[in-house]
Parts: sequence; C-alpha cells; structure tokens
Amino acid sequence: MQASTTTDHAADIDKHVRIYISVFVALMVLTIVTVAISRFHLPVPIAVSVALLVATIKGTLVACYFMHLLSEKKLIYAVLALTAAFFVVLLALPILTVHDGFWIR
Amino acid sequence: MDIPYTVEVRPDTGLTNGKIGIWLFLASEVMLFGALFASYILIRTGAPTWPRGDTILNVPLATFNTIVLISSSVTMVMAWASLKRNRFGTFRMYMATTVLLGGVFLVVKYFEYSHKFELGLFPSTNNFLAIYFTLTGLHMLHVIGGMAVNAYFWGPGAKLWKTNPEWFTNRVEHSGLFWHFVDLVWIFLFPTLYLL
Repeated sequence: MQASTTTDHAADIDKHVRIYISVFVALMVLTIVTVAISRFHLPVPIAVSVALLVATIKGTLVACYFMHLLSEKKLIYAVLALTAAFFVVLLALPILTVHDGFWIR
Repeated sequence: MDIPYTVEVRPDTGLTNGKIGIWLFLASEVMLFGALFASYILIRTGAPTWPRGDTILNVPLATFNTIVLISSSVTMVMAWASLKRNRFGTFRMYMATTVLLGGVFLVVKYFEYSHKFELGLFPSTNNFLAIYFTLTGLHMLHVIGGMAVNAYFWGPGAKLWKTNPEWFTNRVEHSGLFWHFVDLVWIFLFPTLYLL
C-alpha cells in the first residue's frame, strides 16, 4: 500500500480485510497440514521437500497479502530480486563442501 | 527541519523514504537469517547422524506458538487497516492484541527453554541444540524488538495520529512489515527445526 492510498475508499479497505481473514484461515490450515505430514515419517529428502514447499506457500501468502507485495513499486521488487539472488547463493554455499570440497582445494 | 518524504512519495523512487528504508533493512535481515540457514544445512549435511527435531523438541508447544504468531500478523495488519478506516480506537485494540500475542510467544518460548535447561540440554550439548538455540534465540530477539516498537506506537508514539495521521499510518505499516517478516522467518524455522 502506498502513502497516497490513505484516502482509499472504505469499501477497498473492507475488501482487503476480507482477504486478510481468508489468508489467516489458509495459514492455519497449512500449519495443520505441515504438522500432519510430519507424522507420516516420510524419507528425509521427501519430508524436507514437502515441508519446505508448504512453508514457501505460507511465506508467499504472508509476503503477498500481509506485506502487500502484490501491489508494490518496481524499486521494491528490484531490491528483493537482488536479495533473493544473494540468498540463493548463500544457501548454495554448502554445495562447495561436497566430497570434502576436493575440487576447490 | 521536517523529515522529508514521510507522507508524500519521492519522485525518483515512487516511495516514501520510510518504505524504502524498511525494505532495505529487511533485505539485510534476509541475509542474516540466510547465513544461519546455510550454516544449518552445512552442519546437518556434514553430520554422520542428525536427530529428528520432534524427538528432542516440543512440537505441540511450537505448533501453538506458530498459531500465536500467525494470529499476531493478522491483528497487526488489521491495526493498520483500522487506521486506514479512520478508527483509532479499533487500531489500539488490534495493536494491543498484537503486542500481547508477542508476549504469549515469548512466555511459551521461556517454558520451552527452561525445560531444555532442566534436562541438561544446552547450546554446547550438540550441534543440533547449538543451531536450535542460535536460530530461535535470534528470532526471539526480533520478536522483542518488534514488540517494543509496536508498544511504542500503541502508547506514546500514537500522539502523532492527532497531528499527522497519514505519517502515523505509514509508520504503523512499516513496523507491520517488520512484524510480518518475523512471522515469515518463524514459518520456515518451525518445520526446519521441529519437524524434520
């Protein structure tokens, strides 16, 4: 939401509020799903994939609706794209240790 | 001298300074937690064995805390929406609820930590507990910081509403962005530490 939208029509805000409630319900359901799936004791690679998939869906809902990323300015998207790129590199760093990092020695 | 671009947007960025400021701060926060998540991956993949989180940690308590934190995110965004609707009384109610829910989260965490210490489980016990206490401890510090800012806007900081309601609304939105980020981090911490 931008500062200029402080004058938003009340109906628009009411629509937003209805969306927030729907997202809240979705997040609750997904939390239950996360815990329920963990009880199946799936093999680790599958369990990690499923858990991270559900967490990513939940995170996307929070970012898009509560943090209003669906209607942000291009500069914010640019900052986040750069952040995402560095974040991926950071998470990929442990790959360097494969086979004791023989290829970087 | 007045602080520039608190309400009106800067022509070159199309944003208020506060908005771009909080997002740049959150970008740095992503890297901070990202570094710790990368450490977790490194330590876990390098370990010959790794315990499932639910064999050591209390999943029902953490599930309850997840529900508490998600609920606080909703009350936070409702607090902001109340200001947009010009309902200051409702804003205070939602903001107070947000701060209280943050308090509930911390109390539950206190019981979790105390129980671990009673069992002789400390960060120095093993790698799993080291990364668990580091990640959840840092996250807790963020909850405390967010609560302090939200409590300020609920209390003394709310005076701004009388003189400059649009600026106050923007400030609440920015503190809300931080609070949602704290929620978002927990959404990933919960399955990573407790369920896998």
